[in-house]
Amino acid sequence: MRLTVNGTEHEVLSPPLTTLLEVLREELSITSPKAGCQQGGCGACTVLVDGEPRRSCLTPVAAVDGARIATVEGLGTPDDLSVVQAAFHEHYAAQCGFCTSGFMMAAQALVDRGGEPSREEIRQALSGHLCRCTGYVKIIDAVTAAVNGEVDTGRSEADAGPQGEDAVTLIPGSPA
Amino acid sequence: MAAVDAAEVVVATSAQEAVEAFGSGADVTVVAGGTIVVPEITHGRLRPRRALLLGGAGLAGLTREAGRTTVGAMATVAALDQAPEPLRSTARHVADAEIRAQATLGGNLCAPPGEQSPRGDLQAALIALGAQVRSAGADGERTEDVEEFLAASPGGRLVLDVSFADPQAGSTAAVRRPHAHAYTVLAVCAARTGGQVRIAASGAGPRAVRCRAAEAAFADAGDAQAAADRVLDDVTPHDDALASAWYRSRTLPVLVRRALTDLT
Repeated sequence: MRLTVNGTEHEVLSPPLTTLLEVLREELSITSPKAGCQQGGCGACTVLVDGEPRRSCLTPVAAVDGARIATVEGLGTPDDLSVVQAAFHEHYAAQCGFCTSGFMMAAQALVDRGGEPSREEIRQALSGHLCRCTGYVKIIDAVTAAVNGEVDTGRSEADAGPQGEDAVTLIPGSPA
Repeated sequence: MAAVDAAEVVVATSAQEAVEAFGSGADVTVVAGGTIVVPEITHGRLRPRRALLLGGAGLAGLTREAGRTTVGAMATVAALDQAPEPLRSTARHVADAEIRAQATLGGNLCAPPGEQSPRGDLQAALIALGAQVRSAGADGERTEDVEEFLAASPGGRLVLDVSFADPQAGSTAAVRRPHAHAYTVLAVCAARTGGQVRIAASGAGPRAVRCRAAEAAFADAGDAQAAADRVLDDVTPHDDALASAWYRSRTLPVLVRRALTDLT
């Protein structure tokens, strides 16, 4: 089986019923998708499968053989945050960070879809994701800013400046 | 992981291949959307010897023609947004958008009852619509009423599609639990097809139940309250993690009255 994860092709050797979550984390060491409830209830494991947000804990890897997978590792870098990452940073939308990668990938799918989703539509799109720290107001604020393009990623500046440095503290990947 | 190592896995690429691989259904674990069965495997409660993955088998699609709706077993719950009431509203309240895009009609119909909470939210809507289930299995292909399908063990059958005559009206009333994503504690669905009103309840037992006494009372006088008073003739509510039998007994008649009042 093969997966293209964040643009890099991988051959997968795990048994075919292994979940996509386990393949990503244990075989490919891509740890932004989190193993939360592992029964589809929390959204911490959400990744994009061919552009659509899916719970990787509910998906046998054989069911997505050949698919394109996107995770937070493919969004941006500490010096070059993506729109969604910059929005989460700007709006203080992460606390412990465990749910953040799932929220970010769901948000990325919304951004990719285009259009101008209402706050209610954003709430609906994020409704499968649980946050046990911050509550949802700041997260929804961040995603609203991201879908409306009201985010300063610093990407247009030659020098990322203070924002780029601050951002280092918020980079997903930990806790792994 | 030990639970997945030993399994022989078939990834069906057509409906015919799926039917052949399913055979009599013995020892086959069918994975449709995976939203129910995959956690069972992950947590070691189910150790499949053979698994049949249906994602590439076709069997999806929803068609509406000549006054009849046909929905493939692999149609997602999200796709039921194009279905008539009460199926559409019922489907819209299943889990959240990501799960609805992955979970399937066939999987929902075949969901084994949960130990701590009801499953198969779509069953009551399908009973109210008088749906016919086409399935394959040991004695070949057959089509039967969804009630008969549910009464026999769905475990031995591979659902191919579900079809029903479009109703003149359909409605649903439910107790939903406010959560990050809502889920349904108790629901009543009603539909009028060809002048006949069918009523069914889900969340009041291991599987959805048709409420024939309530239907008869409603047919007599068209009185929603009279029908509500008879719903417990057919349904014996239970205690579980979501609600007590007492609460369900008090609430179910109210839902019947509301659903029938909305059935215009």
